[in-house]
Amino acid sequence: MAAREVARTPENKVYSKPRLLTDAVMHFCPGCSHGTIHKLIAEVIDEMGMEHEAIGISPVGCGVLAYDYIDIDWVEAAHGRAAAVGTAIKRLNPSKLVFTYQGDGDLAAIGTGETIHACNRGENITIIYINNAIYGMTGGQMAPTTLLGQRTATTPQGRDAAQHGYPFKVGDMLAQLDGVCYVTRQSVHTPASVRRAKKALRKAFENSMQQKGLSFVEFVSTCSSGWKMTPVEANRWLAEHMLPVYPLGDIKG
Amino acid sequence: MAKIRGIVTIEQERCKGCGVCVEACPSQVLELAFEVNGKGYHYAKMANPDACTGCTSCALVCPDSCITVYRQKDSDD
Repeated sequence: MAAREVARTPENKVYSKPRLLTDAVMHFCPGCSHGTIHKLIAEVIDEMGMEHEAIGISPVGCGVLAYDYIDIDWVEAAHGRAAAVGTAIKRLNPSKLVFTYQGDGDLAAIGTGETIHACNRGENITIIYINNAIYGMTGGQMAPTTLLGQRTATTPQGRDAAQHGYPFKVGDMLAQLDGVCYVTRQSVHTPASVRRAKKALRKAFENSMQQKGLSFVEFVSTCSSGWKMTPVEANRWLAEHMLPVYPLGDIKG
Repeated sequence: MAKIRGIVTIEQERCKGCGVCVEACPSQVLELAFEVNGKGYHYAKMANPDACTGCTSCALVCPDSCITVYRQKDSDD
């Protein structure tokens, strides 16, 4: 006898699109980690009941359209300056949950100064840092975080340490600063890593609300278009090549 | 013995056919369709629905949040 089909009823529903994600179809390429991270942010803010208190600061880069996708308040910042804008918003509105959402080109290149000083001041904000080792939006050029030997549009022979320097490990550097209470490195390439990343994000947001200092959540992410791979290949490449350089786990706190 | 069964609904038009869910499913329930949606993507579909346990792995990794998971516990009667 054929088994009865599982009823699609509300009481049987165990997972669906988070309430705070809008119905807009995201502009991200197929399989992009940004979409999954957006989803986690929407879930955590909803679970914390901070829908009306959350203010995100979105950057220049692929994350720029976050205001279209997550139904909370957003402010656009000049390239790299999200941590400075976040500082002002949090100091003027201490009851708000303030976080920035920045890529590696934004945070680790043009915005390094703002990021380091916001961390050193111990602002009570959360910095969400998407590290995909490449400039995704502008066509796959080398970023400060590009791995040694990695081929990009501007390093067609692979990144060479003598000429281009070394991959920038932002999280490890910021963990040295006294103003930073929590530094963690997560990824969203497997179901288990998504679950761990969500817990880390919640902890970071709670730290911000408890005025413990700055929390820094790095997501090691894929850019299948920039890396010239299918999304599934990109997830495998991340596990094989990115994670040895950027190991997952809590770095501080 | 009670058996836990699941079923997923995939929003065909939102799906970009990245295939991350197909890879994440521990029971090989999903596959990419031969047909394409309005944007030309081979969307994900349930190819082997009887094997689904409703574990939510596919939905967790879906970047476009187009998977809804339902789970039901069946008794033997």
